[in-house]
Amino acid sequence: MPLFLIACIAGQGVAFDADQVDSVVDIGEIVAVPRADPSVRGLTALRSRVVTVVDTRRSLGLEPTAPHVRRAVITQQDGHYYAMLVDALDDIETFETRSMPLVAPKEDRWSRAADGMVFRNGEPLLILDLAKLVPQPAAMLA
Amino acid sequence: MDDLLQEFIAETRETLEALSSEVVAWEAAPGDRARLDAIFRFVHTVKGSCGFLDLPRLARLSHAAEDVLADARDGKRMPDTALVDAVLAIVDRIGAIVEGIAANVTLDDSDDEALIAALTRVEEVVATAPAPRVAGTPRTAPRSIRLNVDLLDRMMSGMSDMVLARNELARRLRDDVLDPRVEAALDQLSLTVADMRDTVTRTRMQKVDALFSALPRMVRDTAAELGKAVSLRIEGSDVDLDREMIEMMRDPLVHIIRNAIDHGIETPARRRSLGKAPTGQIRVTARQSGNQILIEIEDDGAGIDVARIAAKAVANDVRSAAEVAGMTPADKLRLVFEPGLSSRDTVSAVSGRGVGMDVVRANIEHVGGRIALDNRPGRGLTITIQVPLTLSIMSTLIVAVADQRFAIARQTIEEIVKVRGDQVRIDPVGDIKVATVRGRRLPMLALAPFLAIGEGEPTTLVIVSTREGDYALGVDDVLDTEEVVVKPAAPAVMGTGLYAGQTLPDSGMPMLLLDGGGLALAAGLRFQQDIIAATEALAPDAANPALLFEDLDGARRAIPLGAIDRVEKASAEAIHRSGGRTRLVVDGATIPLHHGDAAALDRALARGTIEVLRLTDGEAECAYAIGGALEIIQLPADISPAADGPVLGVAVCEGRAIEILDPLAFFLDSDVPDHGEAAPLCLLDGAGAAWMDRFLRPVLEAHGYRCTLRPDGDEAPAVRLVMDEDAVAADRSDAPVLRLCRDREGACEPGSIYRYDRSALIAALAGHARRGGR
Repeated sequence: MPLFLIACIAGQGVAFDADQVDSVVDIGEIVAVPRADPSVRGLTALRSRVVTVVDTRRSLGLEPTAPHVRRAVITQQDGHYYAMLVDALDDIETFETRSMPLVAPKEDRWSRAADGMVFRNGEPLLILDLAKLVPQPAAMLA
Repeated sequence: MDDLLQEFIAETRETLEALSSEVVAWEAAPGDRARLDAIFRFVHTVKGSCGFLDLPRLARLSHAAEDVLADARDGKRMPDTALVDAVLAIVDRIGAIVEGIAANVTLDDSDDEALIAALTRVEEVVATAPAPRVAGTPRTAPRSIRLNVDLLDRMMSGMSDMVLARNELARRLRDDVLDPRVEAALDQLSLTVADMRDTVTRTRMQKVDALFSALPRMVRDTAAELGKAVSLRIEGSDVDLDREMIEMMRDPLVHIIRNAIDHGIETPARRRSLGKAPTGQIRVTARQSGNQILIEIEDDGAGIDVARIAAKAVANDVRSAAEVAGMTPADKLRLVFEPGLSSRDTVSAVSGRGVGMDVVRANIEHVGGRIALDNRPGRGLTITIQVPLTLSIMSTLIVAVADQRFAIARQTIEEIVKVRGDQVRIDPVGDIKVATVRGRRLPMLALAPFLAIGEGEPTTLVIVSTREGDYALGVDDVLDTEEVVVKPAAPAVMGTGLYAGQTLPDSGMPMLLLDGGGLALAAGLRFQQDIIAATEALAPDAANPALLFEDLDGARRAIPLGAIDRVEKASAEAIHRSGGRTRLVVDGATIPLHHGDAAALDRALARGTIEVLRLTDGEAECAYAIGGALEIIQLPADISPAADGPVLGVAVCEGRAIEILDPLAFFLDSDVPDHGEAAPLCLLDGAGAAWMDRFLRPVLEAHGYRCTLRPDGDEAPAVRLVMDEDAVAADRSDAPVLRLCRDREGACEPGSIYRYDRSALIAALAGHARRGGR
């Protein structure tokens, strides 16, 4: 059974595939990246590496994460490291995955980043694909 | 070649060591397929490398062994003891020869033939005993080792951790009163760490030659395979690039060159029928341009058939017919980067392997690079790959803007000026700002408001030079210079187009490297020529800007701004007189220095330094000594022509008569002009029109001609002026053509005039105008 990291974003319980998670840290000071996508909170140093900090709430189309939030899930995508801000981290557990319940497809960012769901003690947790939360340059679409 | 040889020796030694256990196992069990394969691969590799490195003896041996082993693998021969012995004798001999090469000792080769003959003997006891290993040649210590890039990366990141730890330690220690001995030890540590960091960084750099060295062989092989004749020229092999970047570029480059040979260069017969030289040319150049490395692959083949690409896109359902119909040729050309498109209908063994230009582009963009095509149908294709110098160490300038710091590559910076003081003036021009730095006008970009991180006027201007032109970047402060290791930032950050990468300097806070060209592009800066062109378009009669200055003799004179490259101070030592001419030493060369009054120049030189105007027409340079620059003025339209030497005419400006100097006169020493006929229209045509507009127009107008860049429907021009190398389109108008050439030598051809020979030009114009019947 696959292993999941359970976290909380904007009151929603979510689960990340542990294979996508590099580590879990409290990040330090953030240097802003002017004129980048709003979901790019900035850059921070993690040991000797520069990590791009992603405001996960913004990626999901929500209100920005509060500035004091420092807890983050580190993931590596296409050779770059990202720190995905989360409100709280819970536990690591194994779950059976279920596909998403069939609902009318909405242009909602939660469902675009979601990759199925798991149940913990009867509570549904959305599986978020970290790769889909990482902001992409707008210019690439042109 | 020497490097390649060393690498070959190192590699062969390594494989031999790894193979030694296989050899023993194979001796024990000749039928073992896995061992057979391992030894086959070894001799095969050696054979391949030898052909390239021109080691015929090794090639012969390995080739013979490979043949026999191939037979064994195909089941044509049973691997018996005799065969094993013979092959192993050859493997041993290869090892001995390689050691011989490393030690620079020539080995006796008389029994090589016996070893080869032994291979073909079937089921016989081999007479030759396995060749004795060469004794007495001491194994030389290897001069180089091969390292995994991962290991280098770990070294680098360990190094950065060490720097951070050192900084933290220094901070903690400085909180307390510091024992001088501790401080000395800390300084020593800092020095060592810095030195170490430098060394570790350098281990990552490699000449781009490492990327290019395999190309000649590949071109030769590919061309031979396809029956084409191709000659390859490589330039700029000594540019330094990060090792990792070199690895990332390897496959795209190979693919592009294979494509050029397969799809681009035509067969010799076809080339002859097209009137081209039978041998196709491919030119690969690397050069550093600002904070980018440019790699250009240019061929003189057929170019890309855009219509075919478009048709193919429709056929393969990449685009609909309607979409393609609405595309510009440039858009259609870009289709080659779409997945699932190959411009060839038949897939060839060489380039049609399912890896297309889409993969090439993806690879290049992955490292933060760009790829551009310059397609000349029927004449060739130039592919330009631009990769950032990221991943490599870079000398940067650290600037402060609001509460943030940014790095800018040092080599893109021309100079730094403080806004305070008389040398700099900032004027709003419409919605942009123009900075005037010592008479030079530059578009200005204030960084804080542009990045939306602060307000307030910048206190310092950093003059950034880009390929389009120079501009002034307004920042709050310039802090320091620092050598940093730059890496590509995440796609979302690079996608803004403003940054060339990110770095982690000693402070431990990440920092972004600004991309000078990208900033200018994003801010929509228009450069000098555009600004001038724009004002001219608005008011065609508008006067030309000129720099008003005080000459050495105290008189006020002006010179058209377009001719001035910069204003600078020169020390008296930089000025030399020889043969009655005065020259100025600039960057190790000399340029002519013109001046008004010789006695005044002497007086000025006695003071140690003088100010000079550096003049350029884009190619030639010269200088004019002045007392001091005053201001930029607009020259009125009517200038009364003057007859003597470098003075173009006299204009009235703010109630005072000012002599306007003629920059042309300085480029061709001085000359007395003839007076021409009145009123005819001159058409400045061809690629040199811009130059003529800047330099010839004032002269021509001063002599009573009118100039135009575009032929007018109502009035046919009396004379067309073109630069010598421009092809003349005969059907444009029937006006006589006057050709100007770039150098004096060209002027002996009939009908062509040296472009600075003002009197000859005016005389010829007058002649043409008369004959034109006007």
